[in-house]
Amino acid sequence: MSGAIANAHSKHDDHGPVKGWRRWLYATNHKDIGTMYLVFSLVMFFCGGLMALIIRTELFTPGLQFVDPSFFNQMTTMHALIMVFGAVMPAFVGLANWMIPLMIGAPDMALPRMNNWSFWILPVAFSILGSTLFMSGGAPAGGWTMYPPLVLQTGDAFPFLIFSVHLMGLSSIMGAINVIVTIVNMRAPDMTLLKMPMFVWTWLITAYLLLAVMPVLAGAVTMLLTDRFFGTSFFLAAGGGDPVMFQHIFWFFGHPEVYIMILPAFGVVSEIIPTFSRKPLFGHDSMVYAASSIAFLSFIVWAHHMFTVGMPLTGQLFFMFATMLIAVPTGVKVFNWTATMWKGAMTFETPMLFSLSFLFLFTIGGFSGLMLAIVPADIQYHDSYFVVAHFHYVLVPGSIFGVMAAVYYWMPKWTGHYYNERLGKIHFWLSTIFVNVTFFPMHFLGLAGMPRRIPDYATQFADFNSIASAGAIGFGLSQLLFVYIVIQCVRKSGAIASQEVWDKPRGLEWTVPSPAPYHTFETPPEVSPGAAFP
Amino acid sequence: MIRKLCTSVLALLIAGDAFADWAVNMPKGVTRLSAETYEIHMVVFWWCVAIAVVVFGAMIWSLINHRKSKGAVPSQFSHSMIAEVIWTTIPVIILLIMAVPSAELMIKLEDTRDPDLTVVITGYQWKWHYAYQGEDVSFYSTLARPSMAARRRNSGIDPSTVENYLLDVDNRLVVPKGAKVRVLLTSNDVIHSWWVPELAMKKDAIPGFMNETWFRAEVSGVYRGQCAELCGMDHGYMPVVVEVVEREAFEVWLENEKGGATPVATASGELK
Repeated sequence: MSGAIANAHSKHDDHGPVKGWRRWLYATNHKDIGTMYLVFSLVMFFCGGLMALIIRTELFTPGLQFVDPSFFNQMTTMHALIMVFGAVMPAFVGLANWMIPLMIGAPDMALPRMNNWSFWILPVAFSILGSTLFMSGGAPAGGWTMYPPLVLQTGDAFPFLIFSVHLMGLSSIMGAINVIVTIVNMRAPDMTLLKMPMFVWTWLITAYLLLAVMPVLAGAVTMLLTDRFFGTSFFLAAGGGDPVMFQHIFWFFGHPEVYIMILPAFGVVSEIIPTFSRKPLFGHDSMVYAASSIAFLSFIVWAHHMFTVGMPLTGQLFFMFATMLIAVPTGVKVFNWTATMWKGAMTFETPMLFSLSFLFLFTIGGFSGLMLAIVPADIQYHDSYFVVAHFHYVLVPGSIFGVMAAVYYWMPKWTGHYYNERLGKIHFWLSTIFVNVTFFPMHFLGLAGMPRRIPDYATQFADFNSIASAGAIGFGLSQLLFVYIVIQCVRKSGAIASQEVWDKPRGLEWTVPSPAPYHTFETPPEVSPGAAFP
Repeated sequence: MIRKLCTSVLALLIAGDAFADWAVNMPKGVTRLSAETYEIHMVVFWWCVAIAVVVFGAMIWSLINHRKSKGAVPSQFSHSMIAEVIWTTIPVIILLIMAVPSAELMIKLEDTRDPDLTVVITGYQWKWHYAYQGEDVSFYSTLARPSMAARRRNSGIDPSTVENYLLDVDNRLVVPKGAKVRVLLTSNDVIHSWWVPELAMKKDAIPGFMNETWFRAEVSGVYRGQCAELCGMDHGYMPVVVEVVEREAFEVWLENEKGGATPVATASGELK
C-alpha cells in the first residue's frame, strides 16, 4: 500500500502546498493537518485558561466580587470541557499527525481525507459549545461530568452541549481510526511492532482506548438528550431510572479518557529523555507492556470516581484493589525513565527540562492518586480540593508539559530553525514554579475541608486560595512567552537546525531534512533488518 | 479590578491574623473511625514520602552526577530483567501492606447495624432536611442569615467579620454524644453530598436512592461541613452543621422539638 502511494507521488515529488486558504480547508497533508490541530489546541488552551483565571480571580479572596455563582459554575464546566476536549486531546492528535508518519517511515496518514474531516469538525464543535455562553440560561453549569439530574436543568444550552460532545467524539473516533490504520499498515518494512518508537506505541494504545470509549460517551449523552426531550427516564428515578447509572457509564468512558490524555505524554517523554541522556531508552519492551497494562486496567477502575455514591462493600473493595494495581505499571515507567537517565551524559535543553519536570510532578500526582485509591481516606478527599490538586498535577505538569516538551523537541524539525533556547528555559522555569504555586496549596485546602466547585469559601481557606490564585495568574502570563517563542521560531529567527537537530537522536524523523519537506518517505526508508529503530 | 486585588492583598497582609489558619492536613476528627481514617491517610502519605525520597533521590543523584558538562560518558545499557522484576515486585508488596488495613476499616465503615438513633437526611436545592426517625421531629437547615447577607456579590460586608462565614446554619442537626447515629440519605431534586470532615463522613444524597452510613461522635462540640457534590447555583451555600451534646441535653432538646415549636434552641449556639 505504501509502495503504491510512493509511486504515485514520485512523478511530482517537488510539488509543494497549494497557495492560500485552500491549503488549509482542503488539507490532506499530515503535516498541514498536524499544524492546524496544534494551533487549534493552543487557541483553546488560552480560551480555557482565561476561564481558569476568571475562576481563580473570583477565588482570590472570600466573598463574591466579580461573578455570580451560576456564571462561576459555567466557567468551571466550560474550562474543563475546553481543556480536555479542545486543548489536551487535539494537541496530542496534532503531534500524532506530524510525527507518526515521520517516525514509522510512512508518506502520510493512511486516510488523509478523513483526517481533514476529523480536524474540521473540531472548530465547529467548539463554536457550538462556545456559543452556549450567550444563550438564555447561560452555558452548561453542571460540571464537565454532566451528572443528571443536575445537567438536565441546563437552559437552552443543553442540546448544544450534547451535540458538541457528539461532534468531539466523532472527531476523536476518526482520528483514532486513522492512527491505528496508519501504524498497523504503513510502517517501514523492517519496523516490527516491538521496534516501534515509544511515542508511536503509546499512541497506538491511546487510539484503541479512544475507539473503545468515545462511543460509550456518545451513548450516555444521547440518553441524557432523550431524557430531556423525548420522555425517557434512563437516569430519572421518578420514572424508574437510575441517576447513578449515568455515573457508571460516564466514568467507564472517563477513566480511560484520563489515560488517553497521559499515554501520549508518556510517549513524548520516552523519546526525549533518551536523546538528552545520550542513552537508549531503558526497558523499551517493558515500557510497552506497562503502557498496555495501564490501558487494560483503565477499563476496570472507573468506579473509584464514585466511592461516595453508596456501592456495595465488595464493589468498593474490587475498585480499590484494581486502582492500586495501576501504581505498579506506572511505577515501572517512572523507574525505567530514571534508569534511562542513569549513567547517561545529560544536557538540559528546554525539551529535557520539561520532561524532567514532568517526571517529578507527574509522580507527585501519582502519589496523590494512590492516596485517593484508598477508600476510607477517599471518603474524606472525594470532591474536595485535594482531588482538584491531584488531577491538575497529572494534567498540567503531566499532559500539558508533555505537549510543551514535544513542541520544543520537534519544532526545529518542523520549522528548520531552533527556538530561542534562553527564552525557552525562562518559560520552563516560570511554568514549573507557577504550576506548583498554583496547585500545591490545593492539597492543603482539600485536606482542611474545602469542597471543589464552590464560588466562595469560609475564611480559614483564604490564605492558600490567594496563593493559588496568584500562581494561576503567573502561570497564565508565562504562557504568553510560549506563544512568542513559537512565533519567533516559525518566523525562522533562530539558528538553522541541522537534519539531526539534537546530539545523535534515535528515530527516523531525524533522517529527513529540517524543515521536514512537504512530502517525506515517498519510498519507505531502508533499514537493515538487525538495526534497532528506537 | 486591579485596585480591588491590591486592596485585597493589603487587607490580607494586615488582617493576616483574622484569616490565619494554615490548616494543612486532614482533621483527626471526633469519632474512632475518623481517627482510623486519619491514621490510614498518614500511613499512605508516609509511604509516598518514603518512595519519593528513594525515587527522587535517585533522579537527583543522576541529574547531578550524570551530566555531560561533568564529562560523563554515556553507558549504553538498555535493559535488565532483574531490575524490572525488582521494581515490579516491591511496589506490589507495599500496596498489599496498604490494602489490608484499608479493607478492614472499610468493613467497619459499612457496618450500620444496631443504631441508637436514625436520622433521615434529604437534600434540597439548596438546603438540608433532617428527620429523626420515629421521633416526630423534623426541620430544614439553611445557611444562617449573617452569611446569607454577606455572600451576595459586592455585599459590602467583609466575610472575615461574619462568624463561621458560609459554615453556619439556622437549625443544626443535634445528636447525642457516644450514640451510634445511623444516617439515611436521599434527595428531593439533584444529587447532593453530605460531608462533615470531623466525622470522616461523606455520602451522596441521590434522588430515588436511600444511602446508609453512620457515625459515633465521642466529643461534644459543633462540627461543620458542606455539600460536596455540585448541585447547582447555590452549591457553595448549603453547609452542614452537627452539634454533639450530652445525652441528657439531647433528650431535653428532643422533647422541646416535639412540642411543635420551630427549632430555635440551637440557633444561638450552646444548648442550655
